[in-house]
Amino acid sequence: MTPRIYIPGDSGALALGAEKVAKAIANELAERGIEAKIVRNGSRGAYFLEPMVEVATANGRVAYGPVKPSDVKSLFDSGFLTGGHHKRWLGAPDKIPFLAKQTRLTFARCGINDPLSLDAYKSLGGLKGLQNAVAMAPADIVKQVTESGLRGRGGAGFPTGIKWKTVLDTTSERKYIVCNADEGDSATFADRMIMEGDPFVLIEGMAIAGIATGATKGFVYVRSEYPHAVATMNRAVEIARKAGVLGVNVLGSPNAFDMEIRVGAGAYVCGEETSLLNSLEGKRGVVRAKPPLPAIQGLFGKPTVINNVISLASVPIIMDKGAAFYKDFGMGRSRGTIPIQIAGNVKQGGLFETAFGLTLGEIVDDIGGGTSTGRPVKAVQVGGPLGAYFPRALFDTPFDYEEFAKRDGLIGHAGVTVFDDTADMLKQARFAMEFCAIESCGKCTPCRIGSTRGVETIDRLAAGIEPEKNLALVTDLCNTMKFGSLCALGGFTPYPVMSSITHFPEDFKPAPTRVAAE
Amino acid sequence: MTMQPASTEIASRTAAIVQDLKDLEGPLLPILHGIQEEFGHVPQAALPVIADGLNLSRAEVHGVVTFYHDFRARPAGRHVLKLCQAEACQSMGSDAVAARVKQLLGIDFHETTGDGSVTLEPVYCLGLCACSPSAMLDGEVIGRLDDDKINEIVAEVRS
Repeated sequence: MTPRIYIPGDSGALALGAEKVAKAIANELAERGIEAKIVRNGSRGAYFLEPMVEVATANGRVAYGPVKPSDVKSLFDSGFLTGGHHKRWLGAPDKIPFLAKQTRLTFARCGINDPLSLDAYKSLGGLKGLQNAVAMAPADIVKQVTESGLRGRGGAGFPTGIKWKTVLDTTSERKYIVCNADEGDSATFADRMIMEGDPFVLIEGMAIAGIATGATKGFVYVRSEYPHAVATMNRAVEIARKAGVLGVNVLGSPNAFDMEIRVGAGAYVCGEETSLLNSLEGKRGVVRAKPPLPAIQGLFGKPTVINNVISLASVPIIMDKGAAFYKDFGMGRSRGTIPIQIAGNVKQGGLFETAFGLTLGEIVDDIGGGTSTGRPVKAVQVGGPLGAYFPRALFDTPFDYEEFAKRDGLIGHAGVTVFDDTADMLKQARFAMEFCAIESCGKCTPCRIGSTRGVETIDRLAAGIEPEKNLALVTDLCNTMKFGSLCALGGFTPYPVMSSITHFPEDFKPAPTRVAAE
Repeated sequence: MTMQPASTEIASRTAAIVQDLKDLEGPLLPILHGIQEEFGHVPQAALPVIADGLNLSRAEVHGVVTFYHDFRARPAGRHVLKLCQAEACQSMGSDAVAARVKQLLGIDFHETTGDGSVTLEPVYCLGLCACSPSAMLDGEVIGRLDDDKINEIVAEVRS
């Protein structure tokens, strides 16, 4: 048997040198006259071990990582093609604690095989959900998704099935499925990993959504910062079309569904669903007032399902294994699994899919292993740039939509950024306002003007000018932005700002050295 | 400096791109990406041609072009270096990385070096948040930036 070597082509692995490792391995194979097949898989998401190279042996896969190009010669010398021991040896990939502790439903296949091999996709259960769906009545598919308890994984947490039902019940000669892949939140990369590592699961989920709601056309709006994801998705759509997964007869059924990949242009606000729709239509990415809901008047004024990548990619397993199977995971009203992205200043960063309910402390300390600098954790921002900063005192908060809301936070797209004790929370609060000012679409005043005034007021705080008055002003401004903004950009910017002020008041006191120096 | 194509040439090349893509649903963004790929920026002379082809006003096209950070009004340097400045990278010292790169290149964000070799830009998240601080050089991703990698990047764009 020709040995098979798996080297991730995921952009996270590429950023850590996977391409150089692949070249070094290819050279070494040529030099030693060994015939082997190199497969470029996605990433399993343990980025602290990337580039993680795997070899298929008689006893299953064996992983090595993080592999540097300079390790390659010694890997061959150690007989890594048959799983030989080496300082980078990790053993069976699914036994690596970070991966073994996960519950992989949505990411079950991600990182295992060549993402563009439809046969590999099918061999690991792919297309079973769609096969079931084509044999069902649309209302039954919607019912199954509703019963699974799946909620929008983009951040809002709205029940996916209810959104779909509105579109199904709205009569129109044309409907759309739009996938929001404008994953702009810092600390999030789950959408990117799926698009690069298991693109067919997203295509399958969108086709199911189309059949369930009577939509025949889909768009994936991918941010331009993800060129690798765009390339993989485009190729996957072509392959799916040739194989009859997409087209006028989806899997040979009378249902038609086709899709296109569209690329954003660097506007963060286009991750907001109505801005995204305007952008797809070729307009400025300005937020639309709701109602009308996109489910009734969405893209080009037609009924539109707009869902995040992870929501849609979770649908195939629900249609394959059933609503009860999925619903069985999780807690409270947060059902199923959530891909938590552990990022920033953390020892073991990566994607960790698990049932809802782990506490923030377990995620940061046990799974993440604490900070990468080895210093104490000061703050953890959950939910991206619009999420709250949590102090250690709130590490008992369970990962659940409602539990985070109770503590004035949000789980958003489930990104977790760890900061050590060198973080200056006033600076972080200022950045939140500054980012909102850069990215505001300009439609509503609280967001457009409030963010700029917020930066100015925080600057005055930092300079020690009338601290009490300016602190009260920031608080009042946050209140106006929270309740007066049209969308989550202006409406949620107060979360990082107010949580910084509430949990880290010492960082907002006038710096004595600064005052003394003047 | 790169030679600027004459405006008649811009018009004809733009017209071809518009013709090619105008039947898409919502064709304006794909057309603008196509034009930027063709010219390295979105030239003013292209706007009336797009407006004409899509039956929009020039003001509408101008409004869209200027809304999005990606579309450039003038050509970038031979290399484009984007440094992530979002929270995950901040937690790993992206401020210091940016300061170092700015110093080595002698330019600030949104500027191009005098010899036209490189344009420096901030970017808010490359999705490499478990490999922070990160950067993108001409579409190629780089994670866990340290002094060695910064020096390598600077040497590459300067060569």
